[in-house]
Amino acid sequence: MLTEADAWRALAGVPDPEIPVISVCELGIVREVRTSGESVTVVVTPTYSGCPATEVIAQSIRAALSDAGAREVTVETRLAPAWTTDWIDPAASQRLKSCGIVPPQARASAGVQPIRVIPRPLPCPRCGSSHTVRLAEFGSTACKALWRCEDCREPFEYFKPL
Amino acid sequence: MTPQVEYLLRIGDSTLILGQRLSEWCGHAPVLEEDIALANIALDLIGQSRLVLTHAGELEGEGRDEDQLAFLRPENQFRNVTLVELPNGDFGRTVMKSFLFCTFLRELWAALASSTDGALAAIAGKSVKESRYHVQHAGQWVIRLGDGTDESHGRMQAALDALWPYTAELFAPTAVDEAVRSTGAGIEWASLRGAWEAAVLPVLRDATLEVPAPSTFLSRGKFGVHSEHMGHLLTEMQYLQRAYPGATW
Repeated sequence: MLTEADAWRALAGVPDPEIPVISVCELGIVREVRTSGESVTVVVTPTYSGCPATEVIAQSIRAALSDAGAREVTVETRLAPAWTTDWIDPAASQRLKSCGIVPPQARASAGVQPIRVIPRPLPCPRCGSSHTVRLAEFGSTACKALWRCEDCREPFEYFKPL
Repeated sequence: MTPQVEYLLRIGDSTLILGQRLSEWCGHAPVLEEDIALANIALDLIGQSRLVLTHAGELEGEGRDEDQLAFLRPENQFRNVTLVELPNGDFGRTVMKSFLFCTFLRELWAALASSTDGALAAIAGKSVKESRYHVQHAGQWVIRLGDGTDESHGRMQAALDALWPYTAELFAPTAVDEAVRSTGAGIEWASLRGAWEAAVLPVLRDATLEVPAPSTFLSRGKFGVHSEHMGHLLTEMQYLQRAYPGATW
């Protein structure tokens, strides 16, 4: 017999495959967990359409819940409401910073932003300098932009508001 | 084929084919950062296409899934607009094409987020957020290269001259659009022209580029009549499933 609390506890130990310092729960993609006897249904809202981690995440969820004693695990996809970076746990945002990723600096905007050739500088997550430049709108994953600090010369990533 | 399925194929095929074109840059872009950016955008477009084609296959009810629709249809059954199948050309032409199409797509997704087709509305509500970043990416390159050196300006003007005539197709009225609008499942693409121009023209102006004079040319990809480039693209994209039917890995 697996309770919903047991299932949530197991899921809290499933890291995001691209950003392992945060769990899939902290990322805000696990929307609902239902248990019935020894079977569990997990409702997941995917991040970007092109995120290659989506299938790995479903596998990791199944594995973690099986390890916790679930006999049958169903992972359901729910598209609406669409995932937003506003759902990222604030404590996890701080952890992102400590591993060199600047968390979203604003809440996701519903409107269209003007096109900026030179965006407003972000604070470097390593040295704090605001003497930073954007290298590309898309970094190692679709959810992050690639930046560089002109003072400490280190590259860093920015988790874009979505 | 019902108008609703046909309407979905126009969207699913256009995102798929642009995604396929952009992925050709993987390993070839001028700088590593842009290589990664173009590949990420291609992944988003193909991801959007997968959702739309899956939904189209379900509505069609003949048991075709996303893979069968993408890999086993012949050229004349594809409903993508011709613009997206045109060869990439240089980096400037590639970002110009992305800018013109992705701005249209952003407006389309925004409108479809309130579709009476719940599945389509969910896909649109999610995709519009991604499209905003695609437009940002392409738009800032259009400005940077257009308002850049003589060389980059010349290439961007040539790109605009070559691609602009193909944008007329986006807004060509069709019976499919009308049928889908009447059920509330979609909107007529022609109705997006004003919003598209309001977004595109100021960027082209900032890029110091001149919009070509209107012409009577009308490409017909969304009706299944494609350019000579489409067959070559499909030959590569569909090769594996054609050679090894049902192959998985």
